[in-house]
Amino acid sequence: MAAVTLLETKDLSRSFGGLHAVSNVDFALGEGEVRAIIGPNGAGKTTFVNLLSGRLRPSSGTVTFEGSDISGLPAFERVRRGIAYTFQITSIYPNLPTLENVMIAAQGGGHKDAGASIAERAGQALASVGLQDRAGETAGEMAYGHQRLLEVAMGLALDPTLLILDEPTQGLSDSEIEDFCGLVKEIANKATVLLIEHNMPVVMQLADRITVLNFGEILAEGTPEDIRADRQVQAAYLGS
Amino acid sequence: MSGADRTKAVLLLCAVIAVLFVLQFLLPEYHHLSMTRIMVLAVFAMGYNVLFGYTGLLSLGHAMFFAAGLYAAGLTVYHLEWSVPLAFATGVAAGAVSSLVIGVVALRTTGVSFMIVTMMFAQVAYLATLYFTTYTRGDEGLVLPTAARSFDVFGVAVDLTNPVVRYNIALALLAATIAIIYKVVHSETGRALIAIRENEPRTQMLGYNTFAIKLKALVISGTLSAASGAAYVLLFAYVGSTFATIQYSIDALLYTLLGGAGTLLGPLAGALMMFYVIDIASEYTVAYLLIAGLVLIVLVLFFQKGVLGTIRERWIRWLP
Repeated sequence: MAAVTLLETKDLSRSFGGLHAVSNVDFALGEGEVRAIIGPNGAGKTTFVNLLSGRLRPSSGTVTFEGSDISGLPAFERVRRGIAYTFQITSIYPNLPTLENVMIAAQGGGHKDAGASIAERAGQALASVGLQDRAGETAGEMAYGHQRLLEVAMGLALDPTLLILDEPTQGLSDSEIEDFCGLVKEIANKATVLLIEHNMPVVMQLADRITVLNFGEILAEGTPEDIRADRQVQAAYLGS
Repeated sequence: MSGADRTKAVLLLCAVIAVLFVLQFLLPEYHHLSMTRIMVLAVFAMGYNVLFGYTGLLSLGHAMFFAAGLYAAGLTVYHLEWSVPLAFATGVAAGAVSSLVIGVVALRTTGVSFMIVTMMFAQVAYLATLYFTTYTRGDEGLVLPTAARSFDVFGVAVDLTNPVVRYNIALALLAATIAIIYKVVHSETGRALIAIRENEPRTQMLGYNTFAIKLKALVISGTLSAASGAAYVLLFAYVGSTFATIQYSIDALLYTLLGGAGTLLGPLAGALMMFYVIDIASEYTVAYLLIAGLVLIVLVLFFQKGVLGTIRERWIRWLP
């Protein structure tokens, strides 16, 4: 995976009062990778990806995407450049039809697929998560699993270069998780995927590489096999 | 909304305008005048609805935009003897500029803070109309001279003291407003407005500059409100501080709530109903606002989405 670096952070830190949620993180993500970020609760995973997506500003350090410094860009600008973020807690437009949800996303993304209309791109995104038959349903009235899929479809409709999935399998049933893993593999053919996930079988199955965060710092990084064998990681998870 | 639904919606809007046109031949004098006022006030409420109903921002200060149009048009006619069309254009421009400037500041807040900030700005505007009494004559106001109320358009003399002319100008303004709002709501901007209303944080994370979009909504809203104010002073020849009071901000909100926030014709229906509820109630009692209050309570209890909002939800899904 010595591919071109898509996203890089240098000395990235964010503190809330006296709490160093993320401190001095140097992180590099190669193009085309599926990378998982894991770590115990409170390790700073969500804060870290919020710094990448622009929902939070860093206290210090830089974020570089496709070679340019995006540390100062607001979230919506980063989305237009190709960084899509799906929410940990499902955040859709519950009162609007499913298709309209995805159309809003297709219209908002900056990566305009030349030629394809908003409706076409929305239809494709909806079909790729298998919700095409539910296009007319009110989004908030669908089952939770379908809402999670809609959330991913909205991310896909942005036609992202980097898709950040924040705890995507949370609350899904085992069979839904299996389908979901298949979906992520498909997405990985077109985009780089950054996955924050608690479910270790999912991580082991999907990730090319894993980054372990603990107390806001990178504890370890490597292939799933490396991480599984790492003593420090075991200690962080199991307590020493 | 499918193509067939859109066609139905457009036909309905055309039918409403046609009915209003025919009404002028049927209505007795008093109701003829009332209808003229209602149509102008409906434009104000429709402008308000762009921000409140479609974008989800509750302003308590829209009287200032109405008053911006009212005073800009009224004062230029009264003091500078400008022609009616020029004064109207000035009123509209005053609304656009004031909503842009106030929007840049007020839109840094949301929710309750936005309500308070807009109300404060509106109070400043109201007090300004009292403070500059040399020009505005404050509460007492100014009556436009009859001579200033006629003008030529391409050689055709237009006399604003003529009720038929006033009715049709009000109708034309209403029709133009309906067309503008229909166009905006069914554009990409309209989709973005509704997205912000439904879930602003998500909308930001889908690549939208929500601040810029809200500012656009506020400018459209404020400009339409000002157009209504400018038309009001030019048609009825009176400008006074009352129009800048919070009462007028609340009226726009009530018309919109009553008729149905986020429906195109809701503010018109709301203005019509509210006007006649108060009109009929005041024949029987001086406590007419009490009856208006009761009507509102009934609506809140049984028609939470307003009259047209409820109709759309339960029966006619394609209602614009």
